[in-house]
Amino acid sequence: MSKANLLNRRSVVGSLLADRKEAIVVGGLGASTYDIAAAGDHDRNFYLWGAMGGAVMIGLGMALAQPDLPVVVITGDGEMLMGMGSLATVGLQKPGNLSIIVLDNEVYGETGGQASHTGANVDLVAVAQACGVTDAHALATLAEIEAFAASMQDISSGPRFASVKIDAANLERVLSSRDGQYTVTRIRGSLGFGPI
Amino acid sequence: MDARTETASESLASWPEEIFAILKRFDVRQVPYVPDAGHSQLIDRVLGEPSMRAVPLTTEEEGVALLVGAWAGGQRGVLLMQSSGVGNCVNMLSLTQIFRFPFLTLVTMRGEWGEFNPWQVPMGSATAGVFELSGIKVLRANHPEEVREVVEAAAGQAYNACTPTAVLLSQRLIGAKVFTK
Repeated sequence: MSKANLLNRRSVVGSLLADRKEAIVVGGLGASTYDIAAAGDHDRNFYLWGAMGGAVMIGLGMALAQPDLPVVVITGDGEMLMGMGSLATVGLQKPGNLSIIVLDNEVYGETGGQASHTGANVDLVAVAQACGVTDAHALATLAEIEAFAASMQDISSGPRFASVKIDAANLERVLSSRDGQYTVTRIRGSLGFGPI
Repeated sequence: MDARTETASESLASWPEEIFAILKRFDVRQVPYVPDAGHSQLIDRVLGEPSMRAVPLTTEEEGVALLVGAWAGGQRGVLLMQSSGVGNCVNMLSLTQIFRFPFLTLVTMRGEWGEFNPWQVPMGSATAGVFELSGIKVLRANHPEEVREVVEAAAGQAYNACTPTAVLLSQRLIGAKVFTK
């Protein structure tokens, strides 16, 4: 499945999160959650093991609740396609602190590598732009990834969207916690919120 | 998603004001919604309230995910929708079990009490069952004078006990939609 010149997904996510500072990070269902776990477990990591199509909306809820913190959603093309309407909802709300990155391997890697729409005629960058997320770009080099990672810290100029075509090779799974209550309680604790 | 023919009694209903006061008292900050005529007065109040963020959705399931993010970020929310939207939420409702977060939704009912449009009946008939199968407690208000008490109880158990709860606001309460040519 490997193609020349496409970025390695772990390198991309490692670069995005290397200097994340106070950011809250949401991973979409599937390999993007493994990539975030591989970059290092963190109190402010939100791992999805279900709820396909919900990653951007979870990020939006956090971004509206914590407008002074960067919120970063890292998801895959299949997950993003299922929640494409959420780009319209983000485009309406325009949270300055929200960044969305799609790791686009053009396949459903978790289920056997079936082709996704992005390998044919669907351009998610154009979709984001058309939904009012005007700062939307395709990134192709690690230098562009690093520049995007720096921009994520600017909480006044979002929302921003990036799609990165990545190598479709399935990498070893790095399993995060699957316990939702643990994950949310940990994030809330890091923000100063206790249990009920 | 449709406008009912407005009557004088609808335009001055007091129960949406009572719901709004309860949401404000419980410090509800994010209000995702798909419009429904039965919620129009409440939506207008939310849009005019600086402490609340109204979030129009493209589909109701977005609202369930939004409320998880709100909770993780330290805010409470409520999802406003019509009964037909409950079916759009089904897989996303699993989040209420996974996160045990304070999920509250207020659902205006169609497909009952003099419904003119048969297309509303199947989902309206299944609404309570879908919630119950998804592990969500269902309360119902049929009359204007019981709305305050029912929504108060629902908000209390959702926000104080993290018991996911849906309030069905009946078509009898809202008034059956009148279709005119």
